[in-house]
Amino acid sequence: MPSMNAVPTIFALSSGAAPSAIGVIRISGSQAGAALAALAGRVPQPRRASLARLRDGAGKPLDEALVLWFPGPNTATGEDLAELHCHGGRAVIAAVEAALAALPGLRRAEPGEFTRRAFANGRIDLAEAEGLADLLSAETEWQRAAALANAGGALSRQVEAWRDNALSLAAQVEAVLDFADEEDAASLPECFTWNIAGLADELQQWLTRPRSERLGEGFRVVLAGPPNAGKSTLFNALIESEAAITSPIAGTTRDVIERSVAIGGAAFTFVDTAGLRVVEGGASADEIEAIGIHRARGELLRADCVLWLGTEGEGPLGAWEIAAQADRDGFAPKVAARFTVSAMSGAGLAPLKHALIDGARGAMPKPGEAALNARQHARLTEAAAALTAARLLSDPLLIAEELRRARVAFDRLIGRATTEDMLDALFGRFCIGK
Amino acid sequence: MHQFDVIIIGGGHAGVEAACASARMGARTALVSFDLNAIGAMSCNPAIGGLGKGHLVREVDALDGVIGRAADAGAIHYRMLNRSKGSAVWGPRVQADRVRFKAAVQAIVRAQVGLTLVQGEAAALVLDGGKVAGLELADGTILNAARVVLCTGTFLGGVLFRGEERYEGGRIGENAAKRLAQQLRAADLPMARLKTGTPPRLDGRTIDWAALEEQPSDGEAWTMSAMTPRRVNPEVFCGITRTTQAGHDAIRANLHRSPLFSGAIAAAGPRYCPSIEDKIHRFGDREGHQVFLEPEGLDTHMVYPNGISTSLPTDVQETVVRTMPGCAAAVIVQPGYAVEYDHIDPRALTPDLQVRAIPGLYCAGQINGTTGYEEAAAQGLVAGLAAAAAALGKVAPTLDRANSYIAVMVDDLTLQGVSEPYRMLTSRAEYRLRLRANNAATRLTGLGIAAGCVGEERRAWFERREETRKMFHVKHSQPVHARDLADAGLPVRRDLGQKPLSEWLRHDGVTPAALAPWLGDFTARDPLLAEEMAEDAAYAPYLARQDSELRDLRASESLALAADFPYTQVPGLSNEMIERLTRAAPGTLAAAGRVVGVTPAALSALLVHARRIATGQRAA
Ligand SMILES: Cc1cc2nc3c(=O)[nH]c(=O)nc-3n(C[C@H](O)[C@H](O)[C@H](O)COP(=O)(O)OP(=O)(O)OC[C@H]3O[C@@H](n4cnc5c(N)ncnc54)[C@H](O)[C@@H]3O)c2cc1C
Ligand SMILES: Nc1nc2c(ncn2[C@@H]2O[C@H](COP(=O)(O)OP(=O)(O)OP(=O)(O)O)[C@@H](O)[C@H]2O)c(=O)[nH]1
Ligand SMILES: [Mg+2]
Repeated sequence: MPSMNAVPTIFALSSGAAPSAIGVIRISGSQAGAALAALAGRVPQPRRASLARLRDGAGKPLDEALVLWFPGPNTATGEDLAELHCHGGRAVIAAVEAALAALPGLRRAEPGEFTRRAFANGRIDLAEAEGLADLLSAETEWQRAAALANAGGALSRQVEAWRDNALSLAAQVEAVLDFADEEDAASLPECFTWNIAGLADELQQWLTRPRSERLGEGFRVVLAGPPNAGKSTLFNALIESEAAITSPIAGTTRDVIERSVAIGGAAFTFVDTAGLRVVEGGASADEIEAIGIHRARGELLRADCVLWLGTEGEGPLGAWEIAAQADRDGFAPKVAARFTVSAMSGAGLAPLKHALIDGARGAMPKPGEAALNARQHARLTEAAAALTAARLLSDPLLIAEELRRARVAFDRLIGRATTEDMLDALFGRFCIGK
Repeated sequence: MHQFDVIIIGGGHAGVEAACASARMGARTALVSFDLNAIGAMSCNPAIGGLGKGHLVREVDALDGVIGRAADAGAIHYRMLNRSKGSAVWGPRVQADRVRFKAAVQAIVRAQVGLTLVQGEAAALVLDGGKVAGLELADGTILNAARVVLCTGTFLGGVLFRGEERYEGGRIGENAAKRLAQQLRAADLPMARLKTGTPPRLDGRTIDWAALEEQPSDGEAWTMSAMTPRRVNPEVFCGITRTTQAGHDAIRANLHRSPLFSGAIAAAGPRYCPSIEDKIHRFGDREGHQVFLEPEGLDTHMVYPNGISTSLPTDVQETVVRTMPGCAAAVIVQPGYAVEYDHIDPRALTPDLQVRAIPGLYCAGQINGTTGYEEAAAQGLVAGLAAAAAALGKVAPTLDRANSYIAVMVDDLTLQGVSEPYRMLTSRAEYRLRLRANNAATRLTGLGIAAGCVGEERRAWFERREETRKMFHVKHSQPVHARDLADAGLPVRRDLGQKPLSEWLRHDGVTPAALAPWLGDFTARDPLLAEEMAEDAAYAPYLARQDSELRDLRASESLALAADFPYTQVPGLSNEMIERLTRAAPGTLAAAGRVVGVTPAALSALLVHARRIATGQRAA
């Protein structure tokens, strides 16, 4: 076991930020037991919750808390682990943390450090670690649920199952190659190609699923239309803040304005753009507007959803027709308006928001379902490509090579292979080895 | 007089290659064996090569070894197994005349400069401070050398079984051999038991050949060794017959008399080459099993029935044989038997086959848990080269999983150990597409020349061949128009534009022969090389794709794990992982990744820890 000065013992509030009903402080490392004894006066029985009065170094009582003791290495971090379930008030938490910080060999954990230790101690594999890293940076409920699924090993288990499947297919080809002289293994069974196709299809289907970064990036909603259509006003209403300047002057918005917000557990990025119109050449002011319009057109291409506030039918394909400023005199409704709203009065905003949440839900990984990040997606794409190639081949030698390629891709995905790929994933994200 | 650089014990296939390789490297080498006239004897089936094994033969040959040339000298039947499949899995196989094969081996051994043959029995290692210092023979003679290679086959605790009969193996001078065995056991080497068997031999004059389907020799021109210009012996055919229900019934009725089933033999035998009683027991529903009747030589009537290895009592063997078509009157000259023997757990060896616990001692061949002449020969070559290189301060050729089956086998053995006799299979080689039996010279001969283990004749041949390759290369690079190919009757769409010949070779139906008008008479200059280069062209896209994988592999090969890597101190490694890794003692992170049962989580823990140690050392 590493000595106490080699690896410091770390602690942190692992429940949400104070104040809350209960604040859980976790302590991990060789001094966790000693810290528990120092604060609670004793180390309780392993894995049993018990009540204890916490005191600081001077003997001053801090809180009445539930304490738990998990001796390593079979713990979440692979080290000795203690948990203090305190009353969640800010002052209590701060006092307990201060008492811990005063103990020798203990320091506050850096962000992600518990995960890093769990990973370094072999408690979790690469995909799980990535899930945990996502979990740490999760800001919305959906992100958290998806990260939790990966961290819990859902993706790893799925990949293991595919890998086993590919291995058993490979075994059939290898029998044909290496035991051709045996009568039993003369040729591939009839269902063979069919089975490969089945696996390839399953992977393809996974690949079309929304990716996990979508959760972090959010559902991108772009507001577009001619000047003075009311884009910025609607934008402000949707994000519930006065981020964009609005005015009756046509061409108020010059640049792209982006704001990320969570609505109903889903992450959104709303984008306000310059009003689209033909700018007549000459003046330098118009030149700036022209650049803004150019950028606005770029945004239309990146959007998951475009809210079109302009003349009906003139928006980009697939855009939602929004009839805005419905409260105004002389308001001209759209024939096939998807939504009719007034950003001023707030009328019609609620149904619009609901529809946006529904749209986001379809484009995001389902809550609780394992989702692939870009790295994992690339590996799975490779496996799918190999299997798709294999189903079209007739030479068993080349089929075997493609199946091997698929297996290598699976291995890389979960970190079974000791590849650079894995080193990158590791050292890039967890700054291990410092 | 008695001072050597390297001593080889055992004149079997492993010992012969080890001795010759060591001497070719320039080491003063001694080969000690019970009976010098038995050197090169084939204990069992006189066939060399086959699937996976043919690759090994070609690779040993590429490093100027013995087995390929001797196989050609004895060959009386040639077949390219798997011919209908991709060329990377073709398995060249010959049946050799036992007498001619042995004579060829002995001629090569006796002609080898720097090799001294010593008839006698190795009795004990001379150790000095735990290191090898020499060898003591049964007659008391001491031979000095700091490197000894043990190639003694099944001599460790070998027991022969036939029905209820038992014979202790290693009969000659049994007591002395036991001292050597005791030394090994005293060194606390992990040992295990395996078994293998052999079929009865038949008198060919008592077989009704006319009643049997014939399998002719292939009548082609290829040979096992690149140094053999052409086939020398008359080629004979084999007969094909099968076991029958009557025979199976006899086996079933007598299973309890087989040492395999009576419990007398508990050790694992090769799954890949089961005894006939095993086959009947496990696949009882089969109506019959194919048996090849293989003549053992031109001047003998002995026939080897391939497929009925057995340790049943002689009377049951007779029934099994006589119920096979064409064999109703067949006479068994020598009944089959099984052998159970001790082998060293090869995980106790380094990647150059040195025993970790006894520096200077190397092991090669069946003693390491393998089966087969080719597997033995390949290990002998590795150990001989390594021992000689160590003695002379030279560097043996660098073999790895991406350049040879030899390295695949050695890596498998030293990392995974064995649970049944290890036999080469093409599926063990992940970079199979680049490891073809017919490009062994291209892969290895250059490495051999650089290391100094390749003789003058082969070196000259190789250099000539490389010159020809350059010319072929120019030819292959020339751009040719699709319409010209189509005009010449090739199955190519006219609108595919212009491409180099090497790329056209990837198209179905575009063969080197069909491209003769563009390749010119170059093909005739070296048809085998032309064929090899055409295959290279065909496999090129696959090989290119493997390149990135190989870069990764080499990167993790570069992260070394010392022999005494403190696995117990890696936080979070379970006891099971610690045990697996300690036993296998992988030399690099990549090797650790190949140890069976090591989990991704364990690997990453290892990686992180190894990095930490590496950074710590750099900082210190
Ligand atoms: C019954 C049986 C059937 C087999 N069938 C087949 C088959 O069909 N096909 C196949 O490919 N392989 C077969 N094998 C395996 C093959 O024979 C061996 O794997 C291969 O020959 C091993 O080579 P080797 O050099 O390691 O050992 P061996 O060829 O056994 O050589 C060992 C040598 O060491 C000598 N020796 C031993 N102890 C001493 C000592 N103390 N001092 C001096 N000399 C010593 C022996 O005399 C012998 O010359 C069979 C093996 C057996 C036992
Ligand atoms: N009554 C009423 N007035 C609105 C509404 N939406 C926008 N306006 C007014 O219309 C004018 C233009 O609104 P903006 O939101 O600046 O329009 P825009 O589309 O962003 O215009 P540019 O940035 O110039 O392209 C402002 O004076 C707003 O106050 C609405 O729903 N009701
Ligand atoms: Mg605006």
